[in-house]
Amino acid sequence: MTTLNEPLYRDDYLNAGYGVKSWFLTLDHKRIAILYLISITFFFFIGGFFAVMLRLELMTPQGDIVTAETYNKLFTMHGIAMIFFFLIPSIPAVLGNFFVPMMIGARDLAFPRLNLFSWYLYNVGGLFTLYTMVTGGIDTGWTFYAPYSSSYTLSDPVPVVVGVFILGFSSILTGINFLVTIHKMRAPGLTWFRLPLFIWASYATSVIQVLGTPVVAIALVLLGFERLTGVGIFDPKLDGDPILFQHLFWFYSHPAVYIMILPSMGVVSEVVTCFARKRIFGYKFMAFAIMGIAVLGFLVWGHHMFISGQSIYAGLVFSALSFLVAIPSAIKVFNWTATLYKGQIEFRTPILYAFGFIGLFTIGGLTGLFLASLATDVHLTDTYFVVAHFHYIMVGGAVMGYLAGIHYWWPKMTGRMYHEGWAKFSALILFVGFNLTFFPQFILGFMGMPRRYYVYPPEYQVLNVMSTAGASILGLGYLIPMIYLLWSLRKPKTAGANPWNSTGLEWTTPSPPLPHNFDEVPEVTHEPYIYEGGSHPHAVPVSDHEAAHE
Amino acid sequence: MIVPKKIYYRVALALLVLFILTIAVAFVHLGPFNVYIAVTIAVIKATLVVLYFMHVRYHTRLTWIFASAGFLWLIILFVLTLADYATRS
Amino acid sequence: MSKHDSELAHQFEDMAQQKEAATLGMWAFLITEVLFFGGLFTAYIVFRTEFPAAFASASHHLDVVMGGINTGVLLGSSLTMALAVHAAQEGNRKSTLAFMTFTLVLGLTFLIIKGFEYQHKFADNLFPGANFVSHGAEPGHEQLFFVLYFMMTGVHAAHMIVGILLLLIIMGMTAKGKFTATYHSPVENFGLYWHFVDIVWIFLYPLLYLIDVTGRAQ
Ligand SMILES: [Cu+2]
Repeated sequence: MTTLNEPLYRDDYLNAGYGVKSWFLTLDHKRIAILYLISITFFFFIGGFFAVMLRLELMTPQGDIVTAETYNKLFTMHGIAMIFFFLIPSIPAVLGNFFVPMMIGARDLAFPRLNLFSWYLYNVGGLFTLYTMVTGGIDTGWTFYAPYSSSYTLSDPVPVVVGVFILGFSSILTGINFLVTIHKMRAPGLTWFRLPLFIWASYATSVIQVLGTPVVAIALVLLGFERLTGVGIFDPKLDGDPILFQHLFWFYSHPAVYIMILPSMGVVSEVVTCFARKRIFGYKFMAFAIMGIAVLGFLVWGHHMFISGQSIYAGLVFSALSFLVAIPSAIKVFNWTATLYKGQIEFRTPILYAFGFIGLFTIGGLTGLFLASLATDVHLTDTYFVVAHFHYIMVGGAVMGYLAGIHYWWPKMTGRMYHEGWAKFSALILFVGFNLTFFPQFILGFMGMPRRYYVYPPEYQVLNVMSTAGASILGLGYLIPMIYLLWSLRKPKTAGANPWNSTGLEWTTPSPPLPHNFDEVPEVTHEPYIYEGGSHPHAVPVSDHEAAHE
Repeated sequence: MIVPKKIYYRVALALLVLFILTIAVAFVHLGPFNVYIAVTIAVIKATLVVLYFMHVRYHTRLTWIFASAGFLWLIILFVLTLADYATRS
Repeated sequence: MSKHDSELAHQFEDMAQQKEAATLGMWAFLITEVLFFGGLFTAYIVFRTEFPAAFASASHHLDVVMGGINTGVLLGSSLTMALAVHAAQEGNRKSTLAFMTFTLVLGLTFLIIKGFEYQHKFADNLFPGANFVSHGAEPGHEQLFFVLYFMMTGVHAAHMIVGILLLLIIMGMTAKGKFTATYHSPVENFGLYWHFVDIVWIFLYPLLYLIDVTGRAQ
């Protein structure tokens, strides 16, 4: 494609350079975001492939297509690919990378080289993991619980442990970059309470990445040491302590749930207020709720260990603290609903995904309360109820939010509009497919079907067949966007600077944006989301602004 | 701002005194209190290094918040983990 | 502080913003380091409270004097590094280099002493693994102490080695005249890193070497 026929008179970030080197050595946060988009989409389909295999095997009560060992490897690698290599980097590394600088009026992140480096780290970590997937797999579960992972498994967990360790540093570096950028590079006038909620969410996520990830990193180092030397740290047979591994692991991995869900909440806030044409209800409550979730999220990790041998008194404390997290989460759901109430809702694709998020996240959150209660958790732990619960949070919540964001910002990122009809259709079948897949699993879990088994008693078959049928619809719902989004790239860049009439700073730039985002540093004079009253006073470049007032 | 050299020398002297104190106390049998005293002195030493050598005392409130956040989260990790171990029956 | 300083990266407005960003970034990185070591300290606290007797008797194998000398060496290197930063702030290239050289020598001294200590532990069969020999009542739990000893001091020593390599780079840049009284954030930020590594040792020394000193067989 040449630029000759383009209406633009200047090169956007996509045209600013050609060739492999201009991408692989780029320091432009927008190009790095695109690189991340490609990498995580790759891992999403890898993880998806494993999910397909799992659901196929579970169509019948007996083992059909895989052995027990292979099944263990499939669910392990499904979890590792999806959690570490898709969900955790998804919104921060793609949408955050692209839009955090643009939404605060900066030319780039604070440390562009570090940003590129973290993409390379991601891929190195990914290669280690892929190596294992290709050469025999790993069957420890994505949680790598010791002593099984360190002393007993016949598969080799070390390359994956190394891979996830490296990936952790990629995540930490992204977090550091965002923290510094949001603190130090906001445009003049952009005070904390004028920040879009997506920025608040990215900030809170970065706090978790910076404070939580190093602890799981050292836990993995110790695990690798035990595995390689046979010297006890976690294995009780070797005088170690397996509960210690769980503490260190969940100190990160519970907050990691918020690394996945908080950015989605940020996206949903942007989308809801834009398409309801109303200011966000209770802006400050939303900002504080985001920060509250990030902090409280660090105090509840023991709810993963109620039946592990953890002290019952610690269990009580962790249970009570877990209930507290429900408060800021509920504030958010309430405020989105209040924002939508009496809004002039424009039913475009992004808000359909946002609706999906709000509904499914609410179900996921409420069922979480069953699991945070000690007594019900004893019954429900390690059943499909847990599987359904966290898929409602992670797929129904995080992935829906990610897709809402992709559809909301796609015209900005590429300059092209996708086919609205197909997009709405696939949002709809995603919602249907998702619920058909995972709602039966709540019932299965309640009936007592344990997770992580490849065979089950015949009375569970009907619901399992429903789930598998839903999964095939869900799979289709992921493939269709791939097709129409890629297809849209064949069209000319005619989306326009601000197709949704949004108020954010990112929409004051051309689509796709220029390499350095802004010709002049914008000045911000008002709160975000001024959607009422018909007029949309965008932030204007300093010079125009002064001209208008003088 | 540039911190006067004098302050660095004083802090180093204080660290040296505290270091000698650590060793001296270790040679007195105090049972479990040995470790409490040692850790207390170490915390004081670390605080001196952070405040003066690392300039937090002369920096903005933001640096102060960042430095304390690391410490605070460390405490969360310790306290909630030990909440389990200390109350096992 | 002209806007067109060659050191000013394009994403920043001015040198002050760039400097503040660099400092804040360093602090954020150090927070991750605190929690990285924090996981090891958690393991230490858990095992020490579980097996106090084994930790005491295992700790008796460590050399209080060598560890003590190293504590002093690191303290000294922290002082010289602080003075190097001070000199850099004043734009005094010569004394910056001089103090960095002191820091370098002290850092290497630390590693050499540490190396001797490790060698003694290997010779005494105190490295965890098949060859581990302990004469105490609870060999398994004493081995656990040595796992933590080697892990904690090893990760610390790795940070020292990285620090020394970085210091060499920073010294090269200083010698080339890259830093001025207005632009020297790499020196300051390296100083932060170096002091952090010192702080870790401030905790490691009493926690590893000084357990139940009075109970040592003389
Ligand atoms: Cu959790």
